[in-house]
Amino acid sequence: MEPYTQDLRHFIVDNFLFGDQSGRFAFSDTDSLQELGIVDSTGVLELVCHLQERYGIAVADEELVPDNLDSVDQIARFIERKRRDAKLVRAS
Amino acid sequence: MCGIAGIVCQDRDDRIPISLPRMISMLHHRGPDARRMHVEPAAGLAHARLSVIDLRGGDQPLANDDRTLWITFNGEIFNYVELREYLERGGHRFRTQSDTEVLLRLYEERGRRALAALNGDWAFAIWNSRSRTLLLSRDRMGVRPLYYTIVGRTLLFASEIKALFADPRVSREIDPESVDDIFTVWSPLAPRTIFGSVRELPPGHSLTWHEGHVTVSRDWRPGFVRKSHEQLPDRDAEEQLRAHLTHATRIRLRADVPVGAYLSGGLDSSIVAALAAGERGRAGNGAPPLQTFSLGFDAAEFDERSYQRHVVAALGTEHHELQCTPADIVRVFPQVVWHAEAPLLRTAPAPLYLLAQFVRERGHKVVLTGEGADEVFGGYNIFKEAKLRRMWSERGRASRRAALVKRLYPHLPHLQRQSAALLQSFFHAAPDDLAHPCFSHLPRWSLTSRLKMFFSDDLRASVDGRDAVAEVVARLPADFASWDQLGRAQHLEITQLLPGYLLSSQGDRMAMAHGVETRFPYLDPDVVAFGTSLPDRLLMRGMREKVLLRRVGRTLTPPSVWKRTKQPYRAPGADAFFSTVGPAKAGHDGDDADYVNDLLSPSQIRRDGLFNPDAVSHLVRKFREGKAIGVKDDMALVGILSTQLVIHHFINHFGTDTHGALYTGSEALHRR
Repeated sequence: MEPYTQDLRHFIVDNFLFGDQSGRFAFSDTDSLQELGIVDSTGVLELVCHLQERYGIAVADEELVPDNLDSVDQIARFIERKRRDAKLVRAS
Repeated sequence: MCGIAGIVCQDRDDRIPISLPRMISMLHHRGPDARRMHVEPAAGLAHARLSVIDLRGGDQPLANDDRTLWITFNGEIFNYVELREYLERGGHRFRTQSDTEVLLRLYEERGRRALAALNGDWAFAIWNSRSRTLLLSRDRMGVRPLYYTIVGRTLLFASEIKALFADPRVSREIDPESVDDIFTVWSPLAPRTIFGSVRELPPGHSLTWHEGHVTVSRDWRPGFVRKSHEQLPDRDAEEQLRAHLTHATRIRLRADVPVGAYLSGGLDSSIVAALAAGERGRAGNGAPPLQTFSLGFDAAEFDERSYQRHVVAALGTEHHELQCTPADIVRVFPQVVWHAEAPLLRTAPAPLYLLAQFVRERGHKVVLTGEGADEVFGGYNIFKEAKLRRMWSERGRASRRAALVKRLYPHLPHLQRQSAALLQSFFHAAPDDLAHPCFSHLPRWSLTSRLKMFFSDDLRASVDGRDAVAEVVARLPADFASWDQLGRAQHLEITQLLPGYLLSSQGDRMAMAHGVETRFPYLDPDVVAFGTSLPDRLLMRGMREKVLLRRVGRTLTPPSVWKRTKQPYRAPGADAFFSTVGPAKAGHDGDDADYVNDLLSPSQIRRDGLFNPDAVSHLVRKFREGKAIGVKDDMALVGILSTQLVIHHFINHFGTDTHGALYTGSEALHRR
């Protein structure tokens, strides 16, 4: 999960915090990005676009739920699961 | 409709009127037909006239019979005919046909109590040369602007801030608290303006100046006394509303020049156009058809021309359409900010600036509009959203509510994809929020406040610890907590966004930039009093908005219009600054016109000091890469760019050129 979390943190700082690394908007990997006001309803779709572009993951509408997308750890786990599933499909 | 300015000093020896001609010359766009001054020791009033009523006799400043009272007046008193009859019965003999003389004589008779009798939009000054007292007054809703500043023992006032800056003694500095207000509630909280030295006279207020002492007092505030019409049968309510609107429209057609109408394609402006066309019909066969004016956009999501054409066909108006492109918005945006004199969070004022120009080019000076109906009759999505958020929080999750959110925002495609669980996480309300007196507006203000992440360290430090929302709460009426939810939300719209943003940045300023007067039947005092006394069931039923007004519309407008769900007025957003035309072509020929790049460059942002250059560069890059898709990024870009334009126009480049003539900041921008 580590490479994903690093990339995700970079994406979030770059895209939603406009590069701010001052610590004013510090967030942990388990913090709710929505509760912190970092990701809003548009931000979710920006995130989904990023996952699609960067990892080739197709996200279905029913997967747009907080359990998959609300914290860095949840998103990383979601990427892992999606890529694992995709590999299984290819292998079969 | 006009521009006014004036200076009064405590000491008769002060050389006051030196700046007065320069001040009034800055308001030429508001009153291109005539320019006059009245100057006496230590006091001067000036007037730039747009001739609308009594074209030959209505020049100002105007004096009373013994020349002790002098008035300079911007606006219209629509019931001046009735007031004149009353005054004539009392023995007054009039010298002109103007509403200005009616206002002055009524004031002479009643003093400040005269204000209660006025049905109109006004900003005026009356100077009593005997007692050496100045009265400034502004209409109830804030249609007409009025600003003032005090320098030493001198008070200066004007319709627009740029006229005050024509006096070199007036300092030009950004007020950090106002920036904080704007990036929370969209406009400075009156009397603050974006400039620290300048105050706005708030709507419905008067200012008295005497021997250097200033007193500001409130003359009016909207009430929400719902119970008075609780038992009113629906049919009677409909008849009464129609009668009020008919009268409000009729007296707003009073002018010695033709009065046209804006047509958006929505219910509100269509009703006004229908009533105005009906009045034309009553005038007889010889009357030319009503002239209507509208905007069209290439992008289907903003365009309402098909609805406009239904109304035109039904009413038989002579219609004029202006097609507005994203490139047009980019081209005029610097001038838009020059006239708005404030940072803006949306590009929407720009098409209205172009529409007013279009109206003026077709020979019209006066138009009716549908502004105000959503506030008074319960039309805004923010009212529905508040209801939905409350329901959601009180009754738990439900997929049906997700469907309602999606229906509420058909113009926000990103919402359409999202699951009920995600929408609930965005639209539910926390228990603390539910108890907040401004519950309805918290999401808007919280979203806007997120833009403060672009503030520079210095700006952030200077507003550290202040809370614009708490200031809004502190200004609410004492019994506000006992009001119904919709009434509270309406009050916030009517007292905050309407005067602070819509009537100024999208209303008076855009129209008067081209000498066009806008008139608002829905802001007639009787219409407002009636609307704000209606029970909920006649305003919003379920998720259906403007219930009673829609019934009135049923008999006046085509079914395609009165059955329509409200479509908010929107214009192409901030990506226009980067994609459609590219900033290099914005506004003028050649590379030197690249104002977007110039004003958002790290070096300029750093020099001007309000924003963080790194964060702004990230935002600009996001737009350039086409990845800025949300409302927040859009507001951030427009907000920062327009603030930079305010600094450019009014701080860095405001002044005189080598020939001593005043030039505007936007001209300076073009010349570089």
